[in-house]
Amino acid sequence: MNLAAATNESLAEMSNVLIYSSMAVYTLAFLAHIAEWVLGSRSKVGRTAAALTARPAAAQVRVGGQRAGGTAVLDKPTVVTRSATGARDVPDGPGAAGGDEKGDLYGRIAVSLTTLAFLVQAAGVVTRALSVQRAPWGNMYEFSTTFSTVVVGAYLGFLVAKKNVRWMGLPLVTTVLLDLGIATTWLYTESDQLVPALHSYWLWIHVSTAIFCGAVFYLGAVATLLYLFRDSYENKLAGGGTPNGFARSVLERLPAAASLDKFAYRVNAAIFPLWTFTIIAGAIWAGDAWGRYWGWDAKEVWSFITWVAYAAYLHARATAGWKGRKAAYVALIAFACWLFNYYGVNMFVNSLHSYAGV
Amino acid sequence: MSKTETTTERDEAAAGAQLSTAPREEVVQAGGPALGVIGWIRWFWRQLTSMRVALILLFLLSLGAIPGSLIPQNSVDELKVRSFKEAHETLAPVYDKLQLFDVYSSVWFSAIYILLFVSLIGCIVPRTWQFVGQLRGRPPAAPKRLTRLPAYTTWRTEAAPEEVRRAALAMLRKRRFRAHTAGDAVAAEKGYLREVGNLLFHIALIVMLVAFAVGQLFKSEGGKLIVEGDGFSNTLTQYDDFKSGSLFSTDELAPFTFTLNQFTGTYETSGPQRGTPRTFEADVTYSKGGGEKKRSVIRVNEPLEVDGSKVYLIAHGYAPVVTVKDGKGKVVFQGAVPLLPIDNNITSTGVIKVMDGYRDKNGKKDQLGFPAFFVPTYAGKGQGQMFSQFPGLAFPALNLSAYRGDLRVDSGLPQNVYQLDTSKMKPFKDANGDIFKKTLVPGETMTLPEGAGSITFEKEIKEWASFQISQQPGNGLALTGAIVAIAGLVGSLFIQRRRVWIRAVRGDDGVTVVEMAGLGRSESAKLPEELADLAVTLHSVAPTAPEADADAEAEAEEAAAEGAEK
Ligand code: HEM
Repeated sequence: MNLAAATNESLAEMSNVLIYSSMAVYTLAFLAHIAEWVLGSRSKVGRTAAALTARPAAAQVRVGGQRAGGTAVLDKPTVVTRSATGARDVPDGPGAAGGDEKGDLYGRIAVSLTTLAFLVQAAGVVTRALSVQRAPWGNMYEFSTTFSTVVVGAYLGFLVAKKNVRWMGLPLVTTVLLDLGIATTWLYTESDQLVPALHSYWLWIHVSTAIFCGAVFYLGAVATLLYLFRDSYENKLAGGGTPNGFARSVLERLPAAASLDKFAYRVNAAIFPLWTFTIIAGAIWAGDAWGRYWGWDAKEVWSFITWVAYAAYLHARATAGWKGRKAAYVALIAFACWLFNYYGVNMFVNSLHSYAGV
Repeated sequence: MSKTETTTERDEAAAGAQLSTAPREEVVQAGGPALGVIGWIRWFWRQLTSMRVALILLFLLSLGAIPGSLIPQNSVDELKVRSFKEAHETLAPVYDKLQLFDVYSSVWFSAIYILLFVSLIGCIVPRTWQFVGQLRGRPPAAPKRLTRLPAYTTWRTEAAPEEVRRAALAMLRKRRFRAHTAGDAVAAEKGYLREVGNLLFHIALIVMLVAFAVGQLFKSEGGKLIVEGDGFSNTLTQYDDFKSGSLFSTDELAPFTFTLNQFTGTYETSGPQRGTPRTFEADVTYSKGGGEKKRSVIRVNEPLEVDGSKVYLIAHGYAPVVTVKDGKGKVVFQGAVPLLPIDNNITSTGVIKVMDGYRDKNGKKDQLGFPAFFVPTYAGKGQGQMFSQFPGLAFPALNLSAYRGDLRVDSGLPQNVYQLDTSKMKPFKDANGDIFKKTLVPGETMTLPEGAGSITFEKEIKEWASFQISQQPGNGLALTGAIVAIAGLVGSLFIQRRRVWIRAVRGDDGVTVVEMAGLGRSESAKLPEELADLAVTLHSVAPTAPEADADAEAEAEEAAAEGAEK
């Protein structure tokens, strides 16, 4: 064994330690989120119920508030917004902490811990990449660790951009822990170089965009799922029913169904062109590697199915009678296709894509 | 909209009309139309080109693609299909009937995508005309009650209505809205590129399908196995196997030749991934149409491109060099015999055939066949079976048995060079009457019984590589389509198409009331922001009338409440 290989092994070792450490920190973040939700349930919110039973008030956006200093202090125009016909004007829930100060504190702690865990995990992914001197997605273990890093990165990015996504913290951290658990116990592969078929710069492009698309589609799917719950909750309230305690406590705190739906749509629509690009980049790579750019290999088939399913979702949003819940189901099916393409095809179906050491 | 449609609602519908070119959903009449054949055709066409049916077809397309990923496909791996058929004797004929082994060229799958593309064309053409009409026309006039639109603002100003409208028109045009004054209001619209992008995207899908079809019809694809030192010239007869599209003609084969100088394969030598391939490289010399010779290296992801054809490195293996002598010691065969790998460590099998030149000890013409088993890394005598331990040439060994008789090469039946037809042959037997068999290391010779001759496993072991040579027109077109599709999608999904109306009328008290409203195709957070921005700009030209400040505020609040009532 030469010297270079020896340093590589210690880097790989370090990467493993970092990944395990990040799991520990994510666990702390998970507990902090739990505390946030538990404490938040003490405060009585009921804004949605109030909004749906009382006469709805239109939202207002006040703009141009800058006062022209001096004597003529005049109000600038106020823009009034209202939802399109048929949609409910319901305010967003207060978030997981439910307006409880202590809960909010725990929520902030959770976000800080998530950020820390993200940095540790990202360091783990980078050292892994350095240890093999290539992109960190040559097998499913690396793909999984990189994937969850990108998911958390995207979530933190939304937070930095001041988007209302903190409600997503708990489900997100839970799935990241699950993903890392599966990766370290079942998918672990010793750090190693690539088989020749995976040597190509298209690998960088194709797989990095695939991971990024998956991460963002995942956020969209979480929002869609919660939209479905929140929507039934609002429907029940609007119909004069009394939702159960769980719904009153948990769903109450989520953003309004309309906001969740809009978030999911924007996220899915924004990433769809990139997903299209990913498939095309994959086709170009296949053209170089296997002599045909499209050969209906299982992985190609499922990428195509995922793509068509998301196209169907976008169509459903523009088709009368398909907006809302039906479109949401289509979006969930589309994400399920993505998941199957990743886990299912690699494990159950024989494909040229089954990487070395699954 | 129901029968209780009010004028305001109709008014609003007009304001929002044609904000996209999406076909309007028609109410489906139960039982279809009662209008004879033409009526039926028209009804069918409308259904086919409706968004709902497009959606259903998209669903069917993804559903239809699924079986092809779970059931082995002829187009992907014929061997697997064959073994599947053997393993599922009752199921296989049913699958065969349903074309489940050829999903992507099956009648039903083709029907789905052809219907989808007919629907697509039937959708694009009218939408394009409609869009051209929209570009020629002008944004619709302001609805009567602007308060009911998704974003609304109002204030009172001392500026004259005409002056406000003029300022509004100038401002909107400066921001690249298409704007015009209609009656007491300015109507403006922006974001037409969204529609352009959407139409381009759908057209690009058709371009890609056409490119795919052209590629399938005119493609040619052949395989060739070449031992180090041997060459290939691109003519039909030189191929081991050859497939082509139905419109391909052999004149279209590009005239080029190449020689495999050397094949290099390296493998991980230690660790848990021992034996995993690391590099595969084929060093070749090629020339185009008898032109100058050039050297190149073909790797797994890096095909050689000559004259519009691509040469891909597909597989590799070993070709041990053997020398066969007859009983008198005359060399009757010498050369490298390519053997086919049967596992990842390149345990290989094949046959060495001596077809002519051999005479037995009585001087009678005969033929010899040696079924061969080759391992690049032998486990050693008595170490389990004859399977290779490592794909590299660490401890090569060749196991041979021998047959004599008629190889049946001239029988007219297709012969597989890697298999021995023993129907007219007899094995050599050892002293115990068992089939004569021996494992050789390089340099060793196996002497056949009864002075029948010998076979030597030479020290030199060559490697072979197999190549796929393919020619597929339409790739450039497909790539162009793909790029346009992405560009169109970006335009379609990121550009908002929206309308803005600015009304200015003199109120009863002589003060001008300005009202602004915005409408987008879908609700967007940007719409109110943009309207606010426009309002602030216009407000600097037509500031709030000072004495009526409180009134205006109250009015706005009132309007808001009124707007929210609905
Ligand atoms: C090959 C199958 C098709 C694919 C993959 C596809 C994909 C898409 C995508 C991704 C969008 C963007 C959605 C958006 O702007 O929000 C879209 C929009 C649209 N598609 Fe298709 N489409 C297909 C076939 C069709 C067909 C057959 C029709 C005709 C009925 C059609 C009509 C439309 C229309 C009208 C829009 C614009 C909707 C809007 O304004 O939002 N598409 N399509």
